This record gives sequence, C-alpha cells and structure tokens, in this order.
Amino acid sequence: MKLFGRREKPIGEILSGGESAIANKEVEGLSLGQIVRRRFFRHRAAVVALFLLSSVIVFVMTALDTKIGPLRIPGWWRWTVEDIPDLRFEDCPGGTIGCPTLSVNPFSGFGMGTHPFGQDDIGRDYFALVMNGARRSLMIMFIIGFLAGFIGVVVGSISGFYGGIVDAVLMRLVDFIQTVPIIIIAAVIGKTAGRVGPVFLALFLGLLTWTGLARLIRAQFLSLRELEFVDAARVAGASNARIAFKHILPNAVGQIIVTVTLIMAGAILTETALSYLGFGVVAPDVSLGLLISEYQTSFTTRPWLFWWPGFFIITIALCVNFIGDGLRDAFDPRQRRRITKKDRLQAKLQVKAGA
Amino acid sequence: MGTEKVLEISDFNVDFWVDGVWYPAVIDMNLGLAAGKVTAIVGESGSGKSTTALGLMSLLASNARINGSVKVKGEEMVNAKSAILHRFRGREVAYIFQEPMTALNPLYTIGFQIIETLRNHFDMGPKEAQKRALELITMVDIPEPEKSINKYPHQLSGGQRQRAMIAQALACDPALLIADEPTTALDVTVQAEILDLMRGLKDKLNSAILLITHDMGVVADMADEILVMKDGITVEHGTADQIFNKPRHPYTQQLLSAVPKLGSSLKRVLAFRQDAKPAPVLKLTDVTIEYPKRGRVPAFTAVKNFSLEIYPGEIVGLVGESGSGKTTVGRAAIGLLPVKAGSIEIVGKEIAGANQAQLSAIRRHTGIVFQDPASSLNPRLPIGESIGEPIYLAKIAKGTDLARMVEELLDQVELPRSYRNRYPHELSGGQRQRVGIARALALTPDLLIADEPTSALDVSVQSRFLDLLTELQEKLKFACLFISHDLAVVDILAHRIAVMQNGLLVETGDRDDILLRPQNDYTRRLISAVPVPDPAEQRIRREARLAAKK
Repeated sequence: MKLFGRREKPIGEILSGGESAIANKEVEGLSLGQIVRRRFFRHRAAVVALFLLSSVIVFVMTALDTKIGPLRIPGWWRWTVEDIPDLRFEDCPGGTIGCPTLSVNPFSGFGMGTHPFGQDDIGRDYFALVMNGARRSLMIMFIIGFLAGFIGVVVGSISGFYGGIVDAVLMRLVDFIQTVPIIIIAAVIGKTAGRVGPVFLALFLGLLTWTGLARLIRAQFLSLRELEFVDAARVAGASNARIAFKHILPNAVGQIIVTVTLIMAGAILTETALSYLGFGVVAPDVSLGLLISEYQTSFTTRPWLFWWPGFFIITIALCVNFIGDGLRDAFDPRQRRRITKKDRLQAKLQVKAGA
Repeated sequence: MGTEKVLEISDFNVDFWVDGVWYPAVIDMNLGLAAGKVTAIVGESGSGKSTTALGLMSLLASNARINGSVKVKGEEMVNAKSAILHRFRGREVAYIFQEPMTALNPLYTIGFQIIETLRNHFDMGPKEAQKRALELITMVDIPEPEKSINKYPHQLSGGQRQRAMIAQALACDPALLIADEPTTALDVTVQAEILDLMRGLKDKLNSAILLITHDMGVVADMADEILVMKDGITVEHGTADQIFNKPRHPYTQQLLSAVPKLGSSLKRVLAFRQDAKPAPVLKLTDVTIEYPKRGRVPAFTAVKNFSLEIYPGEIVGLVGESGSGKTTVGRAAIGLLPVKAGSIEIVGKEIAGANQAQLSAIRRHTGIVFQDPASSLNPRLPIGESIGEPIYLAKIAKGTDLARMVEELLDQVELPRSYRNRYPHELSGGQRQRVGIARALALTPDLLIADEPTSALDVSVQSRFLDLLTELQEKLKFACLFISHDLAVVDILAHRIAVMQNGLLVETGDRDDILLRPQNDYTRRLISAVPVPDPAEQRIRREARLAAKK
C-alpha cells in the first residue's frame, strides 16, 4: 500500500470537495497514464506475469549466439544447435539415452550437468534446441502481434470514422477473412510455398488474425466520434486525419493494447499447432511446436523431450494472457477496488491512532 | 398513525473508503418526517444528498460505511438483515430516480414492471395485479392507460416515463417516498405537471415524501420542511417559510441569491444603436434542416423555415423545450450539420453548401461552447492543448508563443495558469465549462455559440459562470447565440430572445417584450412554468394553473 505514498490532507480540505471529490480522491493529480499504471501494478498476477515474461525473454535471447548481419553476439550457453556431442547414457532411467542432467534434488544437491534438458536422438543439446525454438516462437508472436495490431487499427479506424460505403466494404472484407479456416489455408500455403521460413509464416498469420481487433476499434470509433470533443476539434479546424489519430485513437488505446496482447497469446498457440501438424516452421529450423512434433514418438520413453518445450509454451502464453487481463482491468474505469479485510483493519488502526 | 413519524434519522453518518482513508460524505444528520409531509434536502452536487437517499435503505456501493440510526415506522434499517431490507424496500419505502430511462428496464413493458413490484410484495394473482396496475397507470394520468400498460419505456415521452416510475413507486402504497431529483431531466412545463401530480398523490395516499433536489423553485413548490446540506453537513434546517424568508446561514442565503429570477436583472445595453444596425454576424434565412432517412426510420425535419439575425455585440437567447430543434440550429450555424434549404451566412459568407476549406476559413470567426462538460474535452489531452488547438491549427502561434496565449486565455476565464497541464477528469464541471469558453474564445471570434452551457451546472456555479460570460462579452464584444431551456438564465444574459417550438420559430423580440408582454400562447406557458424560489408565489401560480386546466 505504501508503494506510491499517500497524500495527507487536513479534513477541512477534504470536506470542501464533497462527494464527487471523494470519488476522485484516488486519481487526484495523476494523468490517465499514471492512473492506468497504478491500477496495473495493483493486479498482482499481471505484475508477476510481466516480470516472468521479461525474464524469460532475456533468458532466451541471451542464451545462444545472435547473428545480426556480420555482427555476432556470443551467447552464454556452451552448446549451439549445430554441435553434436556424444550421447550420454549413464544413470538414465529404463535404459534410455540422453536424459536431462539437471538436478534439483535437495539431497544430492543442485547441479546443471552437461545437458540440463537432455539430448535428442543424435545427441544435440536439448537446452540449445529449446532456446532456439522459444526464440523463434517469441519472434513469431511479436511479428503477429505487431502486424495484426497495425492492420486491425488502421482498418478499424477508417471503417468507424468514415462509416457509410467505406465501412460496408471493409466490414465485408473482415467477414470474408473471418470465414477462412486458418489451419486449412496454412496447410495449403505451407505445402505449395514449401520451406519459406518462420518470418513468412508469421506475416501470413498476421494477415489473417487482425479481424477481431478491427471490429472492436470500429465499434470504439463509432461511439467516440459522436462525443462533443470531436465536434469541438472539427470546429477548431482539425483535419480528418488529425481528428482520427490525435483525438479519437488515444481514447481507444486501452482496447488496442488489451486485444493485441490477447492476439499474441493466441498467436503462439496457433504457431505451435501449425508446426505440430507440419504446416508451420519446418526442419532444420526449430520452433517449440516443431520440437514437440518431431519427438512425439519417444514421449513414453523420454518424456523430457515433451516437458521443456511444453513448459515454455505454457509459460509464455499464460504470462501474456495475465498481462492482457491486468491491462484490461487497468483501462476499465468502472473497475472499483474492493474493500478487503486488511483495509478495514487498517482503517480501524488509523482511527485509533488519530484518537 | 397521524402525527407518528414515518422516518426518523438520528446521527446518520456515511463514509467512503478511498485509497486507504475513510472520507466522510454525510455527517451527523438528524431528521424526522411525518406522514403526509414533504421534507426537502437541498444542496449542490457533491453535498451528500443522493448519498443520504441511497444510504437510508443500504443501497450504497460496497466501499461505503453507514453509522447511526434510520428508523422507518419504528424499525431500524442500519445494519438490518437483508430479509428485513427486502421487505421494506418497495413496500414501505419507494424510490423515484432522476433518469427514468435508465431506472426502468428497457426490456419489459411498464405494466410488467409494475405488476412485478406488486406480486413481489403481495400475495396476488396475475389478473388482480394487472387490474391494480391499470388503476395505478390511470391514477398517474398516463394517456390511454389500456394501451400504455403494454408499452415499453422507449415508446413513452420523458414525462410519461417519469409518471410510469411514480406509478411503480406507488404500487404498494409506500409510507415513505424518496424522490431523488425527480424532475431534473424534464422540461419546465412537464416538471410543473409532475410536481402537481406528486402533490396530489401525497394528499390522497397520506405518504411522506423525502424530496432531494438542487432546484430552489421545486423546493418552494413542494416542501413543508427544508434541510440545507453543504459538504455532508446539515447547515440549516427549518420550515419552508423560515428558509425562504428568513435564511440564517450564509450558505443558504448564497444559495437563494444564486437562483436566477425572471425579470429581476437589469436591462442590458446594446453595443450599437438600434436605429443604425450594422451588418449581421449571423444571418439565417428560411433554414430547413432535416435528419435523413436511416433504414426504416423516416426522415425527420428538425427545423423548418427558420430565420434569425444576430448583430455584432448582441446576445440572442434561443429558448425552447427539448426536441424543439434549438440545438440543431446551433450546430447548423457552425457548419456541423448540413442544411436542406435556405441560407446561413456568417460575417457575410455562406456556409450552406461550403466545402471543407471554405468552412474552416469561416470557422475562424466562430467559437462554440458545448452542453456537456464531461464529453466536450478530450480526456487524453491536457487542457492547455485543448485550448491551444484552434490557435495551433490556424497557424497563428506555436511553441512558447502558443503557451503564452493559452496562459492568457486561462487568465481570462479565471483559471490558474498551472491548470494548463491538468487533464479534464481532474476538473469540476464548472471549471471544464470555463475551459470550453477559453477554447471557444481562442481565435477571438465574432460569433460565439453557447449550447446549454449551464444545464449541467449547480446554481451557484451557474451564476458565477454567467457573470464571467457577461463580463467577457462586454470586454470582447462578440455576438452570441445562447441556447437554453431555462428562461431565467436567458433573462440574465440576452438582449433579444427567440422562442422555438417543434422546429418553428414562434416568437422573437427584445428581452422585455418576450418576458413581460409575450404575444404567443406557448411563450406564456413557458414563462408561467418556470419555478420561482418563493413558496407564496408558487402557490398562486399553481392555483392559476389548476384553474386554467378546469
């Protein structure tokens, strides 16, 4: 509670504001951005998710070598995807090979070993493979989020702002795209275009997933453009573009952020599903979904090949979802805080201390 | 029963829990109310009147805490079991809310909603309840009761909806009726009818009424006793006669003096000589405005053959009931609505049929203040940016020059310069309307259009706002079209008055001609319906009104 400090005020000053002032006490002297930030940080699950996701991103991105053109930033992990070390078979359960050496047993002590996540069939380090896959999946997620967000916002804004024929045409386009079954189209594209790489897949998925956002933004624009401040801007001489992007769009930013985070959470799952079916990312490239599908025959004997990519998929999708949840609550002005038992107790203490 | 108190409030306190502190909203209220009597709670918005009304039956949000005692017919309501509260709500204590459109469920017919209340509280068959509902609807004078009982709220007019809500509230013959601003959303003529109805029903059913309002005129019409609230504290409590004729507390005196009274203000001097009129700033000739057909909704002509001229330095008040087309005229005059026929000229330039570039050139000469302070400022822009936008877009100034001009404008409307960086949600309604004026005056326009700028403000805030507007007008000499439903407000400001009814201009003339010697029947009706903060005067008017009905 003390995180943001509290303004102490004499009772007279509080009373002079009256009822509506009381309702506004919580937001006094803050810009809307600050209010949203405050509400967001009160959402415990979202804050934890934000922290977790950023750690995962940093962890994944720094683990392996990164190549940007001629530049090569070395990662901190000792193996790369290309290395093929000897397969390990000592102390593996049930006579399997390449089991994880990670040990969190409190009796025998914590240890990483040479291959903490284990090895695959030919001995490649599974940690390196998972890191590489997670990297691809994250990249795909962000490309989809950005592209779908951009197209959705532009189409939705134009549609809602101009209305009439423009709106009708764009919305029929949205209807059309929404009827397209993504998995089947992806299968066709994947088969015909062949190995085109994960970036192409991401762009393609982005081109199909913006429709929901466009509809939401359109609805927002339809209601916002009737408000008087839009007329005021028009009277002040603002052009259509200025009204749409300076006056209306910032008021819809809450919706946009929330929807885009949810699109991103969905995107990572779609990519996984496509890759698993063999229509998404194809070998030798790796993604989390592809890892699961490649080793699916060995799950009964070597379950860790399934655990680690699964763990990263769930963590990333869950974190993004929680962040989206937190943002939605933060942007919704109708959300009031509940009074908890702790609050009541604190109030009693305050009264006692004052008396 | 007789003299027994229906409602007894003692040491009533309400606090709200916000951000770790309890903030008091109602402090130590005491009140007793007998059957057949009306007590009014008066105060400005934020004084805790509505909080009191809701708090009596524990209807407040979960962050509220109630202390003290509220007894209805001797039964304690504070911290009562929910079963007891359920029995009393609707049965003994009924509410009438401000906005009947939102208080009635739009999915059910009014008959259904009345029957529901009846069958919740009484052991009654559907036929019997239907019969009783019909009686109630007849009692509140809704036309064609047999048909109306099957109507949905949106099929009724505002006044009829309020009547339906009163019928629902009276369904169980409640001992106490709590009316929270029952007429604020209504036109003056409809308001007079509703007040007459409530008064008649009270006498017939011997209910007690707790009336909550900010309108001193309404109070003068209804109340036996008055309680004046300020910031949660009861500042004065007495009979209507005492409060109106011998107010003791300075706040009560201030509240009474802030109420605009018809015919009490001084004659305002025109900026030019009557005989040598300069060229008009705004000239509307035979303007017809139509809202086009939309789907199955037919085209609607909002304004027909409307002609009006406004000269430099003159304030013209445009008055009419809601739906009369006055706002439509205001918006068309600034080019926000297309004109179907006729011509609108601003400083000699035609705006009917002008293209975007021509329009924005003409708009440099105009400014507009909107009705709703909550939606007329962009919530995401600091107010300094909102004010400076017209200047910036007209490419008159940028950067520090712009900032300086914005500060000057803030000075003009008497707001602190530091408010430049604040956001609209941090300002009160009155302050936001000042920002609205500052923005409208940013380009020093020749014509200012003010569309009901005070209808959302408290009386004392309204009177300060009107003073400011008058002052600015005298200093800057702009012409002004002041649109309002409140004749008393127009009376303070205007040189001339135009009266509208159903899209037609029914009468126009000098202020005194309209207010003192109205020629048109409708104007006369409008003037007599304006409530006056004087119980004796109200009684005379009411009797005259009833006599006219018979």
